[in-house]
Amino acid sequence: MTWDELIRPFEFEFFRNGIYVATIAGALCGLVGCYVVLRNMSYIGHGLSHSIFGGYAVAGLIGVNLFLGAGIWGVITALAVGGIVRRRPIGSDAAIGVVTTASFALGLALVQLYGSPGRNADALLFGNVLGVTTSDVWLIVGVALATAAIVFFFYRPLLFTTFDTQVAAATGIRTSWIDALLMIVLSATVLATMNVMGVTLIAATLVVPAVVARMLTDSFAKMLALSAVIGAVSGFVGMNASYHLDVASGPTIVLTSACFFIIAFLAGGRLRRLTGNVGHAH
Amino acid sequence: MAGALIVVDDLTVSYGGGAPVLIDVDLTIESGDLVGVVGPSGSGKSTLLKAMLGTVDAVSGSVRRVPGLAVGLVPQVETIDWNFPVTVAECVGMARARGLRMPWITRAERAEIAEVLDRLGMAGLGNRHIRELSGGQQQRVFLARALFTNAQVIFLDEPTSGLDVRTRHDVLHLLDELNADGLTIVLTTHDLNGIAAHLPTVVCLNRSVIGAGRPDEVLVPEVLERTYGSPMEVLEHGGMRVVVDAPIDATVTPLRRSGGRGASA
Repeated sequence: MTWDELIRPFEFEFFRNGIYVATIAGALCGLVGCYVVLRNMSYIGHGLSHSIFGGYAVAGLIGVNLFLGAGIWGVITALAVGGIVRRRPIGSDAAIGVVTTASFALGLALVQLYGSPGRNADALLFGNVLGVTTSDVWLIVGVALATAAIVFFFYRPLLFTTFDTQVAAATGIRTSWIDALLMIVLSATVLATMNVMGVTLIAATLVVPAVVARMLTDSFAKMLALSAVIGAVSGFVGMNASYHLDVASGPTIVLTSACFFIIAFLAGGRLRRLTGNVGHAH
Repeated sequence: MAGALIVVDDLTVSYGGGAPVLIDVDLTIESGDLVGVVGPSGSGKSTLLKAMLGTVDAVSGSVRRVPGLAVGLVPQVETIDWNFPVTVAECVGMARARGLRMPWITRAERAEIAEVLDRLGMAGLGNRHIRELSGGQQQRVFLARALFTNAQVIFLDEPTSGLDVRTRHDVLHLLDELNADGLTIVLTTHDLNGIAAHLPTVVCLNRSVIGAGRPDEVLVPEVLERTYGSPMEVLEHGGMRVVVDAPIDATVTPLRRSGGRGASA
């Protein structure tokens, strides 16, 4: 493949939009994914993306703004899971399984009955570079800026609550507020990246960069930075691969980040020395 | 409540409407106290700490704290995720999380953290991952985190559990020194002889307070039997109380060498 062939897609506005969204979405998911992974919440990332698909379909059916409706649906789902776990002797994984898959099933049923609101169902499920519009770019930029601001200003309470909820609460941090804030950020992230990644693969975009970063460093601050960079590079490379291989963008982005995982797994020790960590990965 | 930092008054606590974990507990923590709470597993020691910290609700009774009282908690090491990616400095620095702060540790905070670590005998370990520390050092990291909050009262939940004898005494000695500097400390432990040697005040708890006072007043066979539900022997050694750390009626299997001869008593 020549250089000209490689840069040719950048002539198209839809592709440039796709690259912007995929790169920013990768960085955003990498950042938020650190909290998801360290809280052992990988399954809720997966469940929330499925649940939001249900909200998207319902919002389309009742005629409210799709993103607003799906976002509110996502937050309600996350809070419902928390409420069920607190009130009944049910584990969080089981509660997530019940609530989010029911929501996803509702979405699938509504799409089959009434058609997909806004764009086709395949694009929502697996991501599609052609589906990215200028408004998607602004949406992801807005969510990324808001998330970066939240991580900046709430860095310490987020870290303390993630690491040691009990002690954080004992020392006066409103851990339930911090948890709710993280759920809102997670819902917004899933919603904003749904077009590029697709519902079925968003969880991988949240989890893989954070896991790779964790394998490379023992410092939380470095993990956040590394994860965001790995996510962004995966988004950029994966979106290019999507165009050239004519494969949906979600799978190519996830496969790119999976390559990072394999490299980190095989050459973790050397890479850790490069990032200033000489110990072994735990 | 003059002089008292925390007053636990006739406190009863249960979880989810179940059987009470604490029943009619009365306890006062004065400024400068160094109190050890002992009792069998499930006796409500950790719940009492949580009640004093304000993280569990009372069924009846109350816990009153001096307004604005700054508290710190050193959790059980078993509850810590040792794979979590934090260095010692990050772990200590996260303690100052209230109010608007820069995400990074400022130069002034870095100097304070270094001072706290130095005070606890951990100078130069700020960039280590928490898992790369010894058992005693791991306990001290969380003590450093509590001190970094400028807490007036520090609660420690079983700070000596899982430590060898020497490290256990080092930790208790360190707490003794911090208390001598004016810090109020409340801890739970199973180490009866450790607290007899180091702590001026002991509370024996088994859902209710069975006894509270100086070790020589409280660590007596009658109180220990009511606390642990089984008779226990208390010896005098070098002017100190030594509790034989097993119930008298426990079946003891003598150690045997490979040649079949029993170990000498």
